[in-house]
Amino acid sequence: MNLESYLRSALAAIRLNAMRSLLTALGVIIGVASVIVMSAIGSGARQEVERSISRLGTNMLTVSPGSARMGPSQGGAGTAPPLSEDDMQAIRERIAGVEAVTASLSVGATVVYGNQNWSTSINGTSASYPLVRDWDVAEGRYFDSAEVVRGAKVAVVGSTVARQLFGGGAAVGERMRIAGAPFEVIGVMETRGQAGGFRDQDDVIFIPVTTARARLVGQSVTVPNQVGSILVKIEDGGDLANAQDEITGLLQQRRRIRPGEQDDFRIRNVAEIVQARTAAQRTLTWLLAATAAVSLVVGGIGIMNIMLVSVTERTREIGLRLAVGARRRDILAQFLTESIVLCLAGGLIGLALGLGAAYAISVMAGWPVLISSMIIMIGIGASASVGIAFGYIPARKAAHLNPIDALRYE
Amino acid sequence: MNSSAPYRETDADRAATPVVSCRDLGKTYMLGERPLEVLKGISFDIMPAEFVAIMGPSGSGKSTLLNLIGALDTPTKGHLLIDGTDIASLDSDALAHLRNRMIGFVFQQFNLLRRTSALENVKLPLLYSERPVPDPDAVALRRLEQVGLADRKNHTSAQLSGGQQQRVAIARALVGDPKLILADEPTGALDTRTSKDIMDLFAKLHEEGMIIIMVTHEPDIAAYAGRLLRFRDGQLVDDVRQVPKAIP
Repeated sequence: MNLESYLRSALAAIRLNAMRSLLTALGVIIGVASVIVMSAIGSGARQEVERSISRLGTNMLTVSPGSARMGPSQGGAGTAPPLSEDDMQAIRERIAGVEAVTASLSVGATVVYGNQNWSTSINGTSASYPLVRDWDVAEGRYFDSAEVVRGAKVAVVGSTVARQLFGGGAAVGERMRIAGAPFEVIGVMETRGQAGGFRDQDDVIFIPVTTARARLVGQSVTVPNQVGSILVKIEDGGDLANAQDEITGLLQQRRRIRPGEQDDFRIRNVAEIVQARTAAQRTLTWLLAATAAVSLVVGGIGIMNIMLVSVTERTREIGLRLAVGARRRDILAQFLTESIVLCLAGGLIGLALGLGAAYAISVMAGWPVLISSMIIMIGIGASASVGIAFGYIPARKAAHLNPIDALRYE
Repeated sequence: MNSSAPYRETDADRAATPVVSCRDLGKTYMLGERPLEVLKGISFDIMPAEFVAIMGPSGSGKSTLLNLIGALDTPTKGHLLIDGTDIASLDSDALAHLRNRMIGFVFQQFNLLRRTSALENVKLPLLYSERPVPDPDAVALRRLEQVGLADRKNHTSAQLSGGQQQRVAIARALVGDPKLILADEPTGALDTRTSKDIMDLFAKLHEEGMIIIMVTHEPDIAAYAGRLLRFRDGQLVDDVRQVPKAIP
């Protein structure tokens, strides 16, 4: 018997019990649909993470204050003594393999230009920020060390701010007010885009860290030369983990943390930051994967059940086929084909539903969704596997029927 | 072989070789721990172009014998040669192949596939043929013509009368050009008139040279055969030649 005959026989049997077949395939339909949605969301998130990491730079460490040590109770993140430019200098001078360091002191403020105003994030940095972040100006220039030292009122705007305030017109050379103080725009940054589907990286204004400390952060400055966080760029090919260990040791020494005590600062690399942000998405992905696996198994059990019923119902047919010359493997192949066709049909319906659901999720929830040919192959492969795995036992039962008993079966 | 008269010699050769040969053939089933000897060592030959009726009360072993000759079962004692091949030496696949090539089955309950056309039913054995049949539709249609149902080729079994269903089943038995037809109470589910039609069809096939082995419990039906085997308690008690009832 050839493949065409098996397929025709399978399709005929499925059509004969159309309603029953559809209900049986429902488990597989739901299972495959969840596999598709799960993979689409999962790979969408993964792709975003990868893109963010490459955008942020993989050879960068972020040092920020952690929770304070206050007796038995712990403060929240950032309650520990802040970091300072002195820490930054120490890292640059004493840690091997550091290419550049920069500071970041971030605060929210309203910016006014003419009759336009815009609320954004003001990031006070040192002159080396573009180098550390691998992020250049598109127009004009970034401020230099001299301007940082003297606390110049100059600003470099992100492309979103440039668009919002200056409406696409020339920004460089314009004057605007940040929290009431006049600033001169000396540059516009390159567009960076969304970071991992989270905040807009271009909605920012960079000013010298000294200016930010003096004009914007004001009374919340508690240590001299305070900074919010320190960004450390490691040389290409440098050992990121080793640098992280050395910086930890240096800061423990500087902040007088005794052995065994908990650190009151945090050092994170970019991958960790982005991965922490996508943890929620990943949890959901696993939940969906578990759902998909469970419904595929449940669907498979449904398939097995109905195939066993079908074998019993068609015992005489099997007996007849054996009598007219079918070999056991012909019967096995026939019933296996039937369960595979049933599962594949369910798989294709599930595929369509899953693609639709993934699309709806990307549109409605705004999650990054990636639909690849790989996912489609996984969906089809999963349904065919269910067909084989759960169709085998009924098919084997059919193939091992005794033709004499089968022919007499009432 | 003499080339001047090949036909007669071939005929004579064939006549000399039994198509079915039983030697001390026995079958014992195990009912739990207890053996049940259903066939107790029987011996007979069936020659080409014979029409044999097998009779006997139920439990006499006649159905078991038919299953053995049909290669649906294997003996536990003795030898059964079909066209010279000892079926005890064959594995499951070889038995399936032998059934496909040598034997056409006709059952009491017809055993047609439900909701499947007459033509598809007749074609079924061709699907399992070892070598692909070039035009199975044409072959099947020719057999339907032979049983007088070519005009019903697209009817499903539900749309056919009992007699018509049995004709389709006979066409199915014939489609693979078998050496012999095994019929198990072929008229058991039919009324008297239809039974007669079916038996006339068998008689006609026999006239054309087909070997027919038929189990029946009706003497009227057995009367169509040229030879009568009677079984009782697993033994062959009677083997008589008779003048078959003529086709009217």
